[in-house]
Amino acid sequence: MQTVAAKRAFAPWTDPNLRPLLRIEALTRRFGGVSAVDHLSLDIYEGEFFALLGPSGCGKTTLLRLIAGFERPNAGRIMLDGVDLAPVPPYRRPVNMMFQSYALFPHLNVEANVAFGLKQEGLPKPEIARRVADMLALVKLESFGGRKPHELSGGQRQRVALARSLVKRPRVLLLDEPLAALDKKLRGETQFELMELQRRLGFTFFIVTHDQGEAMTLADRIGVMDRGRLMQVGPPAEIYERPNSRWVADFVGDVNLFAGRLGDDRQCVDGTEAGRLRVAAVVEAEPGAMVWVAVRPEKVRVGREPPAPEPANSLAGTIVDIGYLGDMSVYKLRTDEGVQVKAAIANAGSLSERAIGVDERVWLSFPPEAAVVLTR
Amino acid sequence: MKRTRGGSFLANLVVGIPYAWLLVFFLVPFLIVLKISLSQTAIAQPPYTPVFDLAAGWHGVTAFFAGLSIDNYLLIGSDPLYLLSYLKSVEIAAFSTLILLVIGYPVAYAIARTSPRWQAVLVLLTVLPFWTSLLIRIYAWMNILQRDGPLNKALLALSIVREPVAWLSTDTATYVGIIYSYLPFMVLPLYATLEKLDETLLEAAADLGCPRWKTFWLVTLPLSSSGVIAGVLLCFIPIVGEFVIPDLLGGSRSPMIGQTIWIEFFGNQDWPAAAAVAVVLVCLLVTPIIVYQNQAMRAVERD
Amino acid sequence: MRKISAFNLGAIVIGIAFLYLPIVVLVIYSFNASRLVAVWGGWSTRWYAALIDDAPLIDSALISVRLALVSATTATLLGTLAALALVRFGRFRGRLLFSAMIYAPLVMPEVITGLSLLLLFVAIAVDRGFWTVAVAHTTMAMCFVTVIVQSRLVDFDRSLEEAAMDLGASPLRTFLVVTLPLILPAIAAAWMLAFALSLDDLVIASFTTGPGATTLPIRIYSEVRLGVKPEMNAVCAIMVGVVGIAVIAASLLGKFTAARSGPGR
Repeated sequence: MQTVAAKRAFAPWTDPNLRPLLRIEALTRRFGGVSAVDHLSLDIYEGEFFALLGPSGCGKTTLLRLIAGFERPNAGRIMLDGVDLAPVPPYRRPVNMMFQSYALFPHLNVEANVAFGLKQEGLPKPEIARRVADMLALVKLESFGGRKPHELSGGQRQRVALARSLVKRPRVLLLDEPLAALDKKLRGETQFELMELQRRLGFTFFIVTHDQGEAMTLADRIGVMDRGRLMQVGPPAEIYERPNSRWVADFVGDVNLFAGRLGDDRQCVDGTEAGRLRVAAVVEAEPGAMVWVAVRPEKVRVGREPPAPEPANSLAGTIVDIGYLGDMSVYKLRTDEGVQVKAAIANAGSLSERAIGVDERVWLSFPPEAAVVLTR
Repeated sequence: MKRTRGGSFLANLVVGIPYAWLLVFFLVPFLIVLKISLSQTAIAQPPYTPVFDLAAGWHGVTAFFAGLSIDNYLLIGSDPLYLLSYLKSVEIAAFSTLILLVIGYPVAYAIARTSPRWQAVLVLLTVLPFWTSLLIRIYAWMNILQRDGPLNKALLALSIVREPVAWLSTDTATYVGIIYSYLPFMVLPLYATLEKLDETLLEAAADLGCPRWKTFWLVTLPLSSSGVIAGVLLCFIPIVGEFVIPDLLGGSRSPMIGQTIWIEFFGNQDWPAAAAVAVVLVCLLVTPIIVYQNQAMRAVERD
Repeated sequence: MRKISAFNLGAIVIGIAFLYLPIVVLVIYSFNASRLVAVWGGWSTRWYAALIDDAPLIDSALISVRLALVSATTATLLGTLAALALVRFGRFRGRLLFSAMIYAPLVMPEVITGLSLLLLFVAIAVDRGFWTVAVAHTTMAMCFVTVIVQSRLVDFDRSLEEAAMDLGASPLRTFLVVTLPLILPAIAAAWMLAFALSLDDLVIASFTTGPGATTLPIRIYSEVRLGVKPEMNAVCAIMVGVVGIAVIAASLLGKFTAARSGPGR
């Protein structure tokens, strides 16, 4: 199995001797007859930026609230630094949460909001003042200390909420869709700021989001969640390039799927709607087993001439629709056998160059390395 | 906030203290009223018998139950005075509630349609009289409605009547007093519901072809139904048992049930009879009260 | 579309006028120099002057104020606890009975609640007087307090409490430092309502009072049930004035504090 490189050299999950900071074991939380979190197990390592990605209603917020202590599990346990958190109420857990709505105290000013958690710890006033000032400088809100929350913009409020949680130096910082309320441009800027903050402070961040782009940008590792269960955990590139199931392949980004049977040499798939397809890696499954070949649209090449000399993994078709997205175009093609395929191509040239148009007959192809075979 | 381990003692206290208070000072008194209604008058202090005497032991208990009787209920059933009183109360309460609804709905609707700034002022103005004593306001009407009062003066001046009308001690005066006093009770729940009404729904109805009156009938009225029910019950139930208004404005020719209880209690010193009248009144009102409670609790849960 | 139609405007004007007319008439007549209503004797403050010498009346006024202070404060405490119990503690045992007992007094005719409490006091052989009325008023007002505080709590943003606990505050501290300051306006409004209810009450006080605890409404009632009295006009005008000023001041204060602390969500 090809390994995909992580974003930075930091990859503690690969070290078998390292003990995870946060260990979630077979955690279950039921509401009525439905399991919001279903026998979920996960290890989080110190210093990593972990993103839990999933559609609405998959249970990711419930998991966050279980870690924070606002929900009690029906089964399983959560261990932090080797200590079972079950008997510990939320106000005594060394874990802090940044709420989606920020939950800033409206009757306190920015300084008092940020100092709130430190006051509960009983620290001496001068130290509280110093740490609050340092933290406000870190989030670039030094001169806003005296303002009240309703006098701040959305982005500023978000930073106050962040400062308020970080100033307590939690073992794990939980963030519930922290960028959801921001507009697109601000979101992009804040994403980088967030990443930088995390690298600088070295805290462990656990973020929950439904935005794939956000998860892929921010996280060292992503956990993809669906209906209470973890589908796959790994660095962003691994999730994207090596999904472990059709669900993950389809959820994260777009994908073309071709169903077929694994060939005897375990490197080709027969009987697909696109004929015989070759893949580069040997597939861990029995010949004759039902498998799916997954190809990302950006890896599909489109041309007016048949690709030479490798005739494998190529099909003829007609363009039925083109989606123009500015930076790239998504071509919907139908092969002669009636199969729908999507190809995404960057608009590298200018508009005036002779681009491929609708109803044109073209050849599609993809190299064996570009395909992944999924067994479920 | 789920009940945390350390806080359950505190939680029990938070629930327990008001609960205990209400049990002792609300529920138990009702049971006592029930008990007294089954007793007989006596020239004694307290003026009823049998008295529940724990000191007399088991014999006291059996003697107590032996002394109970339903004489008072039979009295109520047989004497037309009581029946008329109940009917009168329900009649007045029903009609005045209807009039209150007819008057109160447009007022509440109008307030809900003004700008938010004005709404606060108008609600304050509507509620302000409520803060002054009911007694004072009814007394104010006594001033107006008396024989030489300004109402008659105005009517005479406008030649609407030729001699002063005796307004006081009439049912009309009672109605005026009730409608005057209970208007805030009708307007406020209606306003609360109408204010929450999403105006885009009305725009959508217009967009789909509804003229103004139809929009009102098909959209506004059904959506404000919870406010209507709350206002109606909030007025009807207490009006049935009203005392001050009919006593000061209506006179005693055909008393409402509140007056009857007062007279039995303070006038005739017949505590058991008063208690029996009260018990029957509560039974009468039990259904609307339960409906009101369900409504109120559902409104809370919905939010 | 916040245009105000003629119909709506008319409804409001007529409604407001109707509400205030009797009070205006009352105040005018309190300045009538002549004892008889039929005759307008010119403007005079003689009835107000007469009040100063009326010792029993002043006594009653003081008793009513003391009573209102005691019962309003107790009712607010109990009512707030009850509201917390109803909103925060979910389905506890006996919740149905509890909420029934909270909502019933709101609509129950006062003669019934007054009568039942008096019978209780007699049954447990307690001397009737100031404290029995206080208990009665507390019980009655507590339900109003509960309804007001409850509706504020229901709207309250729970994530603020969760955030406080997440930052290390115990449930009690969270309530004192976060919840209470933010629901304080509702509690203050409830206190004022309880105060007014106690001050105004006639029926329940009549049933549950004893010698030496004649409240102002009781005294006024005994004077006016036989007819209009000019001195009573003066008393009532004063009470209206005091209440009016208090309510307007309170609402202005409410607007002022709301502006300072921003929206409470």
